[in-house]
Amino acid sequence: MAATTVPAGAVIGAGGKRVDPGVSRRRRQTMIAWLFALPFVLVFGVFMLFPLVSSFLMSFTDFTNRDVSTPLAVGFVGIDQYVDLFGNPQFIKSMVNTGYFVIVGIPLTMIVALTLAVALNSGIEKFRTVFRVGFYTPVVTSIVAVAVVWKFILQQDGLLNTVLSWVGISGPDWLNSTTWAMPALILMAVWRNMGTLMIIFLAGLQTIPEDVKEAAAIDGANAWQRFIRITLPLMRPTLLLGAVLLSVGYLQFFEEPYVMTKGGPLDATLSISYFTFNQFGFGKYGYASAASYVLFVVIALLSLVQFRALRSKD
Amino acid sequence: MTLSEDTPVALEPGGRPAPNKNPRVRPSRGRLITYVLLVVAVAVTLLPFFWMLLGSVKTDGEILRNPSGFMPEDPTLANYATWFTDLNISMFFVNSLIVAVFTVLGNLVFCSMIGYALAKMDFIGKRVLFLLVMLTLMVPGVVTFVPLFVLVTKMGLLNTYPALILPFLTSPLGVFLMRQFMMGIPDSLIEAARIDGAGEFRIFARVVMPLCGPPLATLGILTFLGSWNNFLWPLVAAQSEEMYTLPVMLALYSTGESATKYGLLLAGSVLVITPIVLLFVLLQRYFIQSVATAGVK
Repeated sequence: MAATTVPAGAVIGAGGKRVDPGVSRRRRQTMIAWLFALPFVLVFGVFMLFPLVSSFLMSFTDFTNRDVSTPLAVGFVGIDQYVDLFGNPQFIKSMVNTGYFVIVGIPLTMIVALTLAVALNSGIEKFRTVFRVGFYTPVVTSIVAVAVVWKFILQQDGLLNTVLSWVGISGPDWLNSTTWAMPALILMAVWRNMGTLMIIFLAGLQTIPEDVKEAAAIDGANAWQRFIRITLPLMRPTLLLGAVLLSVGYLQFFEEPYVMTKGGPLDATLSISYFTFNQFGFGKYGYASAASYVLFVVIALLSLVQFRALRSKD
Repeated sequence: MTLSEDTPVALEPGGRPAPNKNPRVRPSRGRLITYVLLVVAVAVTLLPFFWMLLGSVKTDGEILRNPSGFMPEDPTLANYATWFTDLNISMFFVNSLIVAVFTVLGNLVFCSMIGYALAKMDFIGKRVLFLLVMLTLMVPGVVTFVPLFVLVTKMGLLNTYPALILPFLTSPLGVFLMRQFMMGIPDSLIEAARIDGAGEFRIFARVVMPLCGPPLATLGILTFLGSWNNFLWPLVAAQSEEMYTLPVMLALYSTGESATKYGLLLAGSVLVITPIVLLFVLLQRYFIQSVATAGVK
């Protein structure tokens, strides 16, 4: 790009004495470019990279809230805290809970979102916007605020159990049951996040060429066959993208149990993020960092695996 | 919802179940079922909001007596009055607004600047810089908040607006969005301005930025939404009530000694949600575009 604006003669035959104008131009551009990048680089460096690296280093030290004034005087404990974490039943429990939330929550959210997207894409014209806005509204609302509301809805004699009683089911005291607290949080997460995936899936569905489906219809494929054999395979990249986005979010879930269950009953809804937050609250900063890095590694690995899968089929 | 009454209008008049040759033309019965299911689904989705709205004008006693009821027996605005007088909700609202506005402005300006450098300039260190930004795209907040807390404490910023704003003043996603869009701006446009003697800052401000409406809208909306609903960091960085943002305030009230003031909490939820829902309904097209572009790239 730079070379095209430099007169050809200026570079060649300069006798090697003068600085190549292309090179000096690039140097000038480098300076200006870094000036453009400077505000971002400063904020990013101080508030993102530095904490990211510090967190990693802290996870190998016994840093506590008493060490804030002298951060460099902390003791190095190697991988002790990681070893301790994996021997800590509460941390194991938080990993199992997070896994439960992700493994059940993601397919459920995806199925609901895909169903809605397909319904909205099935040729209906009227009120499409109204439906879209309706399904998407939970996404824009604060988790804390909706958690307050859901806490009421999920009471023993709350709205959900009343609706269930109409069909003859007597629902549990959701949030106070070690069995049902997690399904209740998953239900709320599906409700709050289906809108995002619905929009992404809708965009994906609209890229599927209509003539392929028409051809299949002429060949006698019914709607269900067309969906399974044509739509789903063509949607693969979009579905995987949705899974990646969702799993990164779900792996970090924190607000829902913080407001609704305080991680209980009996740690039944304690997530890794919540465990980390609690350790921070106890002043065990090093231990909290170690726990958060375990989560980070899981998220990084999962994203890597999913992106690999995404690319291999392209 | 009122939708159900209007729905049949959408059907083709007298559509009989013709043989389904062309998948675009469906028998109207299938479409009717789709509509009915969608209306039910939307109603169920929005039910918690209706219940919240109606609950916010009830007394605690009524909610306790009939937790699944809808219509308030004796509607009262007392819960809202408490928020605006005794609990001073406008202070939390202003806090949330200040944090969100500065966060959005910072993202729009700083991410555009570096986005321009990455998209349209050739410089030493470009690839490394971009790679570094992309690698942090999915770093969870829970990984950085502990050292961030120590850092902010050391800087003497704990419990100030800068503490709430600075860590979110830029975002890797913003850089990515701006760079992607700016790569699509023709080089010839920028070269022409360069030949006319315009400096890079002038080109950026006068040529490139005016073209960047769509990604700026996307970034602005996503950032505002993220900031308004952000919870973990404000929870640890805001240490006293006059610095709380709306979600922090609501969470602490709902888990503290006010946990049994049901009507008050529901009114609080309404007040936290309303501004963002209004904004969403007004700008819904842009919100939905934002999600689609940020998701699909």
